[in-house]
Amino acid sequence: MNLPCDKCEEMLQPYLDRVLSDVERVEAEGHLEGCDYCRRRYRFEEHLRQYVRVVAEEPMPPELKAKLAALRTPL
Amino acid sequence: MGYGAVMAETPETDARRIATEARDRVRFEEEALDLADQVYRVARRLVQSREEAEDLMQDAYARAFRSWRSYTPGTNLRAWLLRILTNLNIDRARKAQRTPATQPMEEGDYFLYDKLEATNGEPLRDEERVVERLSQDSVVDALSAVPHDFRDVLVLVDIGDFTYQDAAQILDIPIGTVMSRLHRGRRILKRELAETAVGDDA
Repeated sequence: MNLPCDKCEEMLQPYLDRVLSDVERVEAEGHLEGCDYCRRRYRFEEHLRQYVRVVAEEPMPPELKAKLAALRTPL
Repeated sequence: MGYGAVMAETPETDARRIATEARDRVRFEEEALDLADQVYRVARRLVQSREEAEDLMQDAYARAFRSWRSYTPGTNLRAWLLRILTNLNIDRARKAQRTPATQPMEEGDYFLYDKLEATNGEPLRDEERVVERLSQDSVVDALSAVPHDFRDVLVLVDIGDFTYQDAAQILDIPIGTVMSRLHRGRRILKRELAETAVGDDA
């Protein structure tokens, strides 16, 4: 049980980045349907990426916007 | 007024040209400022501190406003701004020699999941909830532990939402290098997360 699925690991990143060709994507999805081991890891990876994106967000300090605006060439 | 017909046209044409240019410049400045929040989101994660990010933004915008003529209207302005910003950042890092020459540690793609599962003692039920057990601080710390070259690509693609192609143009590296650095950067990130976030929990 829990043997690493090499094929899947190879396709994980390009699959999630949506850069696989249609044929490869269908192949990947076909495999995911039948492989619980990989499916869990794919879902985890997908959530992890979304999570990193959300928690890494830090709004721009409002005073910075004013400083940037002041850098414009005067009319 | 003593000017011939042709002569009389010149000052007027000049005035019109200057007015057109001023209008184009103002439009460029407005568009660039409208994108500042999105540019900052990326800039903030390219550097360690908020102060550095603010300095970098000001340097980048000052340069962008000076060289606005080299921007081609209709092309991706956010990518254009970030190209200026990442170049400045790379120059700074080089001057400060901040990047340590250590080889980053990385593990396979499933490393973090497997470690979380091992910590849990049974198969993880809900992947979304599992991810949310990682604290915000640990994610931010792990991200800043990823070495420069890998982090630049990771931040542009995974936080800035740029395509491989855009990231390649912004950083002026081949697309194959973007892909390999991205892949390795994510593996380094997950290894760092496994170390910092999961270690204490066990």
